[in-house]
Amino acid sequence: MKLNRRLFIGTGAAAASTLAAPMVHAGAHGKPRVIVVGGGAGGATAARYIAKDSDGAIDVTLIEPTRTYYTCFFSNLYLGGFKEMDDLGHSYGTLASDYGINVIHDWAVGVDRDTKTVTLAGGDSLPYDKLILSPGIDFVDGSVPGWDITAQNAMPHAYKGGSQTELLKAQIQAMPEGGLFVMVAPPNPYRCPPGPYERISMVAHTLSKINPTAKILIADPKEKYSKQGLFEEGWQKYYGGMIDRLGPDFGGGNVSVDPAAMTVDIDGSVEQADVVNVIPAQKAGRIAELAGVTDGNWAPVNPEDMSTKADPDVYVLGDAAAQGDMPKSGFSANSQAKVCANAVRGALTDSRVFPAKFSNTCWSLISENDGVKVGANYEPADGKISSTGGFVSQTGEDAALRKATYEESEGWYAGITADMFG
Amino acid sequence: MRSGFLKYGVAAFLAAALPASAQEFGDAAAGEAVFGRCSGCHQVGPSARNRVGPQLNGIFGRQAATVDGFRYSNAFQRAGAKGLEWHIDELDAFLENPKQLVPGTRMSFRGISDEGERADLIAYLRQYSDSPANIPEADPTAMATDHEVAPDILALVGDPEYGEYLSSECTTCHRVDGQDAGIPSIVLWPEEDFVIAMHAYKAKVREHPVMNMVAGRLSDEEIAALAAYFAKIESQ
Repeated sequence: MKLNRRLFIGTGAAAASTLAAPMVHAGAHGKPRVIVVGGGAGGATAARYIAKDSDGAIDVTLIEPTRTYYTCFFSNLYLGGFKEMDDLGHSYGTLASDYGINVIHDWAVGVDRDTKTVTLAGGDSLPYDKLILSPGIDFVDGSVPGWDITAQNAMPHAYKGGSQTELLKAQIQAMPEGGLFVMVAPPNPYRCPPGPYERISMVAHTLSKINPTAKILIADPKEKYSKQGLFEEGWQKYYGGMIDRLGPDFGGGNVSVDPAAMTVDIDGSVEQADVVNVIPAQKAGRIAELAGVTDGNWAPVNPEDMSTKADPDVYVLGDAAAQGDMPKSGFSANSQAKVCANAVRGALTDSRVFPAKFSNTCWSLISENDGVKVGANYEPADGKISSTGGFVSQTGEDAALRKATYEESEGWYAGITADMFG
Repeated sequence: MRSGFLKYGVAAFLAAALPASAQEFGDAAAGEAVFGRCSGCHQVGPSARNRVGPQLNGIFGRQAATVDGFRYSNAFQRAGAKGLEWHIDELDAFLENPKQLVPGTRMSFRGISDEGERADLIAYLRQYSDSPANIPEADPTAMATDHEVAPDILALVGDPEYGEYLSSECTTCHRVDGQDAGIPSIVLWPEEDFVIAMHAYKAKVREHPVMNMVAGRLSDEEIAALAAYFAKIESQ
């Protein structure tokens, strides 16, 4: 049975009462219930699209611990002095007031897939028909020997937006003249593939202004990384002699740290550092693991609708999902959320379901008005999300194009945050 | 030429004091070439119609945001209601920096920094206004297109509900409220212009890596569906 949503809404209360029963798939209760855990690029978008497009036919609850969400994307621009922290903060007020989403500021601490309930830290237990998990990342214990989450004040990861980013910037600003900044870069796969290297660019930009004799050292377990040629070209051009990167050939994958002594051991050579940014290996946010939908570090999903391989009524979006070829990015999570929202709405209200199409673009800033980008689009194929084509900025582009690319990235930030938070 | 923000009343006064003949303030023939930068969205001349932007016949002396049948941004409606009238100085200021004269305009155009080019363009536009008499009619302006699209593709009737779904890929960057800092607005475009633009990106006649990628995988029906949707949505 296919029903047009608008026609249905327009037919009035009498018709609605006769149609309501077969329309919805909500078990014995009234409106179908969707719970979304995590209010970032995946979760906020999914909640907004389901609420917006179902015109009140679906009860949407969004569970997110923070009242102000600070985006991780663009946080490097804060480190570079191009954005204020306030520019990166967003509230959930419009999702509640204009879209009727029940926003609960609490931690989801458990999922019972048999009784289809989510437990909150505050003790409540909420029932769902469809559950969407978009919890972002957590860190793999022991991936950088000597570092664990209790060391995050001495050696910040700054790989979740907000206070960690502020802490890292304060430490950079407090570096002694000619001091040393060390980044321990993560192994694949991790959130935002160009992110660590955009961060290096922005730290270098700040240091070149306030502390030009400071040095930056990257210990990197990866042979190659995203937009490598573009970053290396820019580092040479703007920050000559400041940045050194040790790849796996030079022991960049054999790293331990001592947060009390502020030392980094790279393949037996100990560096005394002033700031150490440890970006550990990553895994799905913990609630995905607690829900029992992960396999290893991530949650495998079906590429047609982002439902998990483990449970057709539990969906995982964004960084936490093992979906195939898409990079873990805010843009990807936002794109996946729309496919998921369309599928979930179709399953619960018989609205039309359209074929899954995904896309991603990641912009990075290398120096003032020097932006670059990489992007691709994707569709389901061979049981995963598969790339169907893409592009990347080229080395040697002129200043006008790079400036336009940066301005485009600012337009994108305004666009995606409006798309997430209304 | 004066630059920067002009108060509407003062500007009107200044305009009255300026020379009346097109030749004295710019070269209309050269201005036709400059108009090529506008013709993607605007038409002028005997067969001009509203496209992405309003048609520009009779612009001199007209109150802003008053062309019949064109849906203006809220920003332009406010400017018109507050008394913005198009004379030489207003046009010059607007063409130099559109968003400075009318903040919030949907017109995605950086402006023309060269004073001489602005003067030529204004002289060209002036030919299509009532006041400069005895100016021979020019050839009709070319269609607002940089790309040929087969009539059967233009004739496709899009499915707006499918377009709404597909549009969610666009709205990651393009804002439905019509704001366009860094990324152009695409709301309320006439369907034909939208279809032509998307096919131009698909064929890579227009160069933009993101748009070439996005349009590259869309079918003719999907482009029609998007056009049908975006032509109708109201700014949110």
